[in-house]
Amino acid sequence: MASIELSAIRKSFDGTEILRGVDLRIEDGEFISLVGPSGCGKSTLLRVIAGLEPQSAGEVRIDGVSADGIRPSARNLAMVFQSYALYPHLSAFDNIAVPLRMRRLSAIERLPLVGALLPSRRRKERCIRDDVARVADQLEIAHLIGRKPAQLSGGQRQRIAVGRAIVRQPVAFLFDEPLSNLDAKLRVHMRAELAQLHRRLNTTFVYVTHDQAEAMTMSSRIAVMIGGELVQVGTPTDIYDNPRDIRVAEFVGSPKINILPGQICDDGRIEALGVLLRLTSSAASGACRIGVRPERIDLGSGPFTGYVVHAENMGSEAFLHLAVDGSDARLVARIDDPRRLPPIATPVSFGFAMDAVRAFNAEGKRIEVDSEHIERVRERAIV
Amino acid sequence: MKPLRTIPLWPAVRHLLLIAGAVVLLAPFIWMISTASKPPEEVFSSELHLIPHHFALWDNLKIAFAKANLWRFLLNGVIVTVSIFVLQVLIALPAAYALAKLRFLGRDALFALILFGILIPPQATAIPVFLLLHKLDLLDSYAALVLPFTISVFGIFLMRQFFKSVPDDLVDAARMDGISEFGIVWRVMLPAAIPAVTAFGIFSVVAHWNDYFWPLIVLNSEQLRTPPLAVAHFRNNEAGTNYGPLMAAAMVIIAPLLIAFLLAQRRFIEGITLTGIK
Ligand SMILES: Nc1ncnc2c1ncn2[C@@H]1O[C@H](COP(=O)(O)OP(=O)(O)OP(=O)(O)O)[C@@H](O)[C@H]1O
Ligand SMILES: [Mg+2]
Repeated sequence: MASIELSAIRKSFDGTEILRGVDLRIEDGEFISLVGPSGCGKSTLLRVIAGLEPQSAGEVRIDGVSADGIRPSARNLAMVFQSYALYPHLSAFDNIAVPLRMRRLSAIERLPLVGALLPSRRRKERCIRDDVARVADQLEIAHLIGRKPAQLSGGQRQRIAVGRAIVRQPVAFLFDEPLSNLDAKLRVHMRAELAQLHRRLNTTFVYVTHDQAEAMTMSSRIAVMIGGELVQVGTPTDIYDNPRDIRVAEFVGSPKINILPGQICDDGRIEALGVLLRLTSSAASGACRIGVRPERIDLGSGPFTGYVVHAENMGSEAFLHLAVDGSDARLVARIDDPRRLPPIATPVSFGFAMDAVRAFNAEGKRIEVDSEHIERVRERAIV
Repeated sequence: MKPLRTIPLWPAVRHLLLIAGAVVLLAPFIWMISTASKPPEEVFSSELHLIPHHFALWDNLKIAFAKANLWRFLLNGVIVTVSIFVLQVLIALPAAYALAKLRFLGRDALFALILFGILIPPQATAIPVFLLLHKLDLLDSYAALVLPFTISVFGIFLMRQFFKSVPDDLVDAARMDGISEFGIVWRVMLPAAIPAVTAFGIFSVVAHWNDYFWPLIVLNSEQLRTPPLAVAHFRNNEAGTNYGPLMAAAMVIIAPLLIAFLLAQRRFIEGITLTGIK
């Protein structure tokens, strides 16, 4: 178990900067997910932590000790790759045993023919066999242990790869999109298994994914990376409810958050799609963007009108795509009961609660809005 | 009932052309076997016939083995070709690994130079290499037959192309598991590249088993002769060339290659079509 500290990590490939100063403290025993769109540098950051790629600047500290110049294997981290990266010529057993053999056997004991004759090797091999069997039982792969990777399904290979990672009891695990090659059903299943594994091992997990559902369901914290920078780090609820940046808001959540064009008036009041909202902001007046999650759109009443352009019935819920009158904006609203789905082209009116609004300025940064102020003014007026 | 004219024209023509090509290529071999099976009178008779009237293969083989120490020459061939191949692999695999998977300054320039090296014919460097071996006092030894060929530019190229198809993740996984860079070459890359190594092995062994030019230049001693030199030896006999035993000896020295190729055939084809790991 170990904490991992990254300070001001930068990495350039051939002059293009891929990581632009990443600061992150990963706590001991934490399950942290690194999410972000494709090509944003997640894998690169993971490889820097693993020591497979030297950073151009900055420092990696594992358990408070600088890891610079320490070889990947000596960092005592384990990595699970997207492609599983199993040795194709070795059986599942040997694949899992490789890290143990490399650590426990001396160079002479590892020699192909001579080594097998040494009594010390035989003793250590017995020990290794026990350890592999223990891991195989844990992961329920004992019956697959004699097969070559080519004779295994994707999910089975994935387990072998996890087995190879956990067998040497590393201080932290690095996962690089380990589930993205599995079909949807198996992915959900493996999600639960990995989360359980984390609870059992109680070791630091760093989990890279571009699937925000994986990040939301498994991790204790999420770090959102966009364009080589960590834009926000926080708990899944925090990231979902309280995005600090419009790119975070747009990346997390499926379907995507609705973004409406808005305006901050000179008196601080905010309007969206030309309708004045009961919100004020102390931010500078000018254009802004208003984000509302699909599940927070209330259909049937409200100041906005539009009509249905498309409906997606997911079985347990449904999503309505709406065109808004007098604007080319499109929005998505969730309906809990798909049986109440209105047909295409039905005119609808809709609105949203003021606490559902997340406002962003022209640069995409979050701006604080205030609803009580107006309420209070009105209350006073009524009294 | 099926119509009779089911053989389409184009495939038939194609096969005829291929058969004609095969006949041209095989004719010398068939003639060799035919001559090796004929007694001397038939070899020199004016009428051409493929099947000998009097089957004399065993006699010719007996004469061939009695006249020259064929076993010794075959052994020389094995020693030389195996040494060359083993050394070539020992050098080409790490070099190919570095060129395919490691990042270092000047890698692409180095690879371009290596490609350039393929273009240089061995005859062009024969005299400098000969002089070098002379200075080192290595002429007329196994070392003179083996050393000049230990670095195979073609081998480095072939293996590098194959290693390119091995996923980077596999190399990284090996590094995480604690395998050293040389360990990766022998424990991860070599097993993945067995088909390519086999293909390269066949190229290498065939080329050096059949090499006539270089052994002829560097060897004097009879006991070091490689198989092609041994066969040539039958030619300048005092009593004139004795073709029957010569051809029989030629058959003997080709046989190991044929057997090796048949055994490795599947791997060989896999290797040159460069099917990497998926
Ligand atoms: N070895 C390399 N040489 C040059 N450029 C590289 C190298 N490795 C990565 N890159 C570049 O760095 C950028 C980030 O790559 P990275 O693999 O970290 O993305 P990622 O966030 O993991 O994306 P994905 O979700 O698709 O896996 C990409 O634009 C890629 O082209
Ligand atoms: Mg990646």
